[in-house]
Amino acid sequence: MKELVVISGKGGTGKTSITGALATLMPNAILADCDVDAPDLHLLLNPDIQKKETFSGGKVARIDKTKCNECNVCRQVCRFDAITTSFAVEDMSCEGCGVCVWNCPEKAISFENRNSGEWYFSKTRFGEMVHARLFPGEENSGKLVTQVRKAARELGKEKNADYLLVDGPPGVGCPVISSIGGADLLLVVTEPTRSAIHDMQRALDLAKHFNIPATVCINKYDLNKEMTGEIESYCADRNLPVLGKIVFDKEFITAQIQGKAVIELDIPGLKTSFQFLLNKILEILPAEGKEPLDGTRK
Amino acid sequence: MIITIASGKGGTGKTSVAVNLAQTAISAGQNVQILDADVEAPNMFLFLDPKVTSETTINALVPSVEKSLCTLCGACADVCEFHAIGVFGTSILVFPELCHSCGGCTLVCPEKAITEIEHPIGLLRKGQTAGSTEFVEGRLKIGEAKAPPIIREAKKHLDRKKLVIIDAPPGNSCPVVEAMKASDFIILVTEPTPFGLHDLRMIFEIVREMNIPFGLVINKAGLGNRDVYRFCDKKSIPILLEIPFRQDLASSYASGEIWINLFPDVQKKFISLLGKLTTGGKRP
Repeated sequence: MKELVVISGKGGTGKTSITGALATLMPNAILADCDVDAPDLHLLLNPDIQKKETFSGGKVARIDKTKCNECNVCRQVCRFDAITTSFAVEDMSCEGCGVCVWNCPEKAISFENRNSGEWYFSKTRFGEMVHARLFPGEENSGKLVTQVRKAARELGKEKNADYLLVDGPPGVGCPVISSIGGADLLLVVTEPTRSAIHDMQRALDLAKHFNIPATVCINKYDLNKEMTGEIESYCADRNLPVLGKIVFDKEFITAQIQGKAVIELDIPGLKTSFQFLLNKILEILPAEGKEPLDGTRK
Repeated sequence: MIITIASGKGGTGKTSVAVNLAQTAISAGQNVQILDADVEAPNMFLFLDPKVTSETTINALVPSVEKSLCTLCGACADVCEFHAIGVFGTSILVFPELCHSCGGCTLVCPEKAITEIEHPIGLLRKGQTAGSTEFVEGRLKIGEAKAPPIIREAKKHLDRKKLVIIDAPPGNSCPVVEAMKASDFIILVTEPTPFGLHDLRMIFEIVREMNIPFGLVINKAGLGNRDVYRFCDKKSIPILLEIPFRQDLASSYASGEIWINLFPDVQKKFISLLGKLTTGGKRP
């Protein structure tokens, strides 16, 4: 099974809309949404949840007031300012390191599992999907991403899938690193704006850092053709293939409102663009055991 | 006063609102400090073009083991919740990228064999814009995972005597919480689409739990549908400002222009937003 991960650097460039469109066209694929703290792919694919698992990302300290004598040791050892002057733990600041727990002379602090999210096995009209929800404000999104990818890979193996298509998170930090490690190919979705180009470059630098092959898709390319040209020459200089260019079209929003992937609206131009994009992806990433189109084996 | 701009969903217009609000306040003669806390994708400088006067490395403390003192007892590994240090056969290994800098291993080591050394995880850039407004930016080093320490470090430089405008990262997890902490007011930015609403619901829960006054800016108004408005109505979320979805706004954003310098109608909207903020927002 080959794994394609869609990332962007900047948020809002169209990762999820493009992943949704590819999901409708990709042959024999498992889907995964790794943007666990702002997951949106399910809004297009309306997954039917088959199985739900809880995610315990880490731990959180709890102070037993009946044992606490306010000696202040916990506040001194905590590097995250998570304990208030009235000796309560602020959940959102607690890093889950446990240093206060074993340093408390009164053994007044316990260490509890933190219920930080859920993850799901689902069926969609375009194949099976693994997705998740990190509870608002929680930590350890990277761990949950790893969990989702692991489950999706196992499911793919079991179902003999040819592809795993992953909707990634924005940025270049912890959840992105967890989303791309060991992937076969990245599709970096950008748009012709100063911000998106800057952030695409950071995403591409990250891909290079971890030695993962990266390709680019320019979304809304017609909004500024000069900057689109800039992206193309940036990529050409670095031998990074631009696999597709998608027009700006309000129908993407119409599709969102209807809970559909844009392909399902049957707009001939868009369908052609996405089919073209998919063909390029399949050329670079042929399914296991199938010959690449140029006759060479990877 | 510290005002933080956050969104849940990426690409809704946080940075646009932040730079236009900052520029509006500067034009009104206020003493402003701009802080870019979107450390994974910092974009404010593209609009403000500040003269960067200092660039310092942000380090995280990670353990360093003095091998001659280490007895391989494994106490450090036992207390490390993040598997960042471990004994493997006859050697002890540190994994800096997994370390959360809690200092636990240093405290627990019976031989005092562990000290902490600095491991670079990002950059702090400081400078001034053309109008000599102070600019501070945190920037996560490529390949490093943890944004919150960079945000914490950048926020050590905020100046409460000024009107501080913080651009937060997208998402609904620890980095945005870190950016919003200690703010006096939070401006949430969304777009009136299903994705925008879904992620607004999540950030709304966080802001409510943090108990910080907040209000909403709806960007790209006219796109999508009315569900965001219905949600605001139901939850009594004040809509501070609507910015229309317009080709000229989109293309000037694309090339890194600040709207209020080009569009008097938008400038008027931001002047009114600034007025609302100085009279205080509504508590959820």
